[in-house]
Amino acid sequence: MSLAFGTRKDGAGPTAPAAPSTQHLLRRKRRREAARTLAFLSPWLIGFSVFFAYPLISTAYFSLTQYNGFGSPTFNGLKNWDYVFNQLPTFWQGLRNTLWLVVIMVTLRVAFGLGIGLLITKIKTGVGFFRTVFYLPYLAPPVAATVAFAFLLNPGTGPLNHLLGQLGLPQPGWFADPSWSKPALTLLAMWGVGDLMVIFMASLLDVPKEQYEAAELDGAGPFQRFRYVTLPNISPIITFAVVTGVIQTMQYYTQAIVAGKVAGGIAGNSGQQFEPGFPQGSTWTLPQMVYNLGFQRFNYGAACVVALVLFAISMAVTSILLRRRSGFMASDD
Amino acid sequence: MTLSSTLSKAPAPAGASRNGTAAARAARRRALLNWVAVHSLAIAAALFFLLPFVFVFLTSVMNDQQALTTDYWPTSWNWGNYAKVFDTPGFLTWWRNTLVYAGVGTLVTVVSSVPVAYALAKFRFRGRNLALMAVIAMMMLPPQVTVIPMYLFWAKQMGLGGSLWPLIIPMAFGDAFSIFLLRQFLMTIPKEYIEAARIDGCGDLRTLLRVVLPMSKPAIAAVALFQFFYCWNDYFGPQVYASNNQQAWTLSYGLESFKAAHHTNWNLTMAATLLVMAPVIVLFFFAQKAFIEGVTLTGVKG
Repeated sequence: MSLAFGTRKDGAGPTAPAAPSTQHLLRRKRRREAARTLAFLSPWLIGFSVFFAYPLISTAYFSLTQYNGFGSPTFNGLKNWDYVFNQLPTFWQGLRNTLWLVVIMVTLRVAFGLGIGLLITKIKTGVGFFRTVFYLPYLAPPVAATVAFAFLLNPGTGPLNHLLGQLGLPQPGWFADPSWSKPALTLLAMWGVGDLMVIFMASLLDVPKEQYEAAELDGAGPFQRFRYVTLPNISPIITFAVVTGVIQTMQYYTQAIVAGKVAGGIAGNSGQQFEPGFPQGSTWTLPQMVYNLGFQRFNYGAACVVALVLFAISMAVTSILLRRRSGFMASDD
Repeated sequence: MTLSSTLSKAPAPAGASRNGTAAARAARRRALLNWVAVHSLAIAAALFFLLPFVFVFLTSVMNDQQALTTDYWPTSWNWGNYAKVFDTPGFLTWWRNTLVYAGVGTLVTVVSSVPVAYALAKFRFRGRNLALMAVIAMMMLPPQVTVIPMYLFWAKQMGLGGSLWPLIIPMAFGDAFSIFLLRQFLMTIPKEYIEAARIDGCGDLRTLLRVVLPMSKPAIAAVALFQFFYCWNDYFGPQVYASNNQQAWTLSYGLESFKAAHHTNWNLTMAATLLVMAPVIVLFFFAQKAFIEGVTLTGVKG
């Protein structure tokens, strides 16, 4: 980023006539520009302070207090931190689940997105049709897609297991089985791969054709061409896809909680309040933990501890994106 | 497609006869095999993406008894299931709430985000880089991080619990993702246009409204679409602020509880699922180009 701080260099505006008080005019112009900048930024400056900075500081404060929403918060030092880290095994389970999703779900989704992107660039007949079909599931609202998959993968009457049975293959319990619930969520994530497909498709079409031709003259086969021409050209996009995938996984909430609720409802326990993570905490993630601790158990202090952990991890991952070489922020002139 | 042209020019296999037509025939055969392989794969992938919609649809028109079986194909086509979904208490209210949330939310997001994005893209000022970093940090922040103080603020102090206003009002103060996306686009507008407008005597606001906005229609369309979809799909927000008031539920929140709350069978649940999916998919077909451009805009440039 080559952003110059300070005054503008590009000559602008109706220039002042050569008056003796150029200095004075310049100062006035600068003050006017500062006011203008402030005016244009004002909605966001308010938004930043009221909906970002204030709640963030508040969260840090609440994490050091005991508070259940009634009365006023009382300071209790690091007790909430001790409680979350040492007495709440679900915290570590949430972290382990998130790690599983980062390693397996993000990897498979990026690889699949790249594969579908490659495929679309090779299709010669009906490319418009295929592109639309491949993209469509990405648009399905997450709740609707998850409810649909809870039906498709339900172990009792679901079409997928029925099909697997007809083929003589094993029929897993999917959302109802703790060792299959995360693979089921991965399948759902791969179904909605359209965003990655579009990004990869655009970058694959940007690879200079001459490089493929040169590689071909050198006798490179299709795999060598992919390895030595395609991959180096699109590697920034792969990094981008992986990093944004990890950030999305930190926020992973809707699909996990809805799948747990719908599948848990099928299992037939009613009456009680639903605790996220069904079955057996296998879909439990940190964002759900904030919800559970805060709005179901009214332990705001502990909820804020988890929120801060989530904040720290998210910002650490984001900082990778902001590295100069990632090209994430287009810089001007 | 650019890649296909290079592939069809595949060199003849080593040791082929000197006869040019034989080599050409071999190349043609390879191109044909390639075509068959690529399109078989494409059809297999298309089945993976389409079959879930097909099964959901087929189940949505089954009668109650059949929806409890493993049948794929409906014995009778019960279109009345869709009418039953609309008759379910609350469903129309959820529709209205979702439209208000997504419509008003999108409008105020665009109006408040455009000037901020313009300032970040085209003004030079001290701390601009820092402001951009802050926008990106806000964009990447999971909503759960700040939800506890925000909930206490809206529900306890402003008395707006049980409504969607705590979700709509903040959008009137700029949305980080929209600001970022618009800024990425505005960076690509050459500064000569803006200088020309200034020389013609336009103030900053007039330059933005008369010169920059007309050039930014595709980006604004993309941002509006993304925000509309975000609101339409939002589950966490309505869950936190509106779960205690069924009159304020949105479609995304209501759908999840549909099956349990109304003791309905899979057929009605699947009909409701399709009714929640339909508007976004219809909207996509009308605005496909703007949407795809928007997705690429979020990616890396330069």
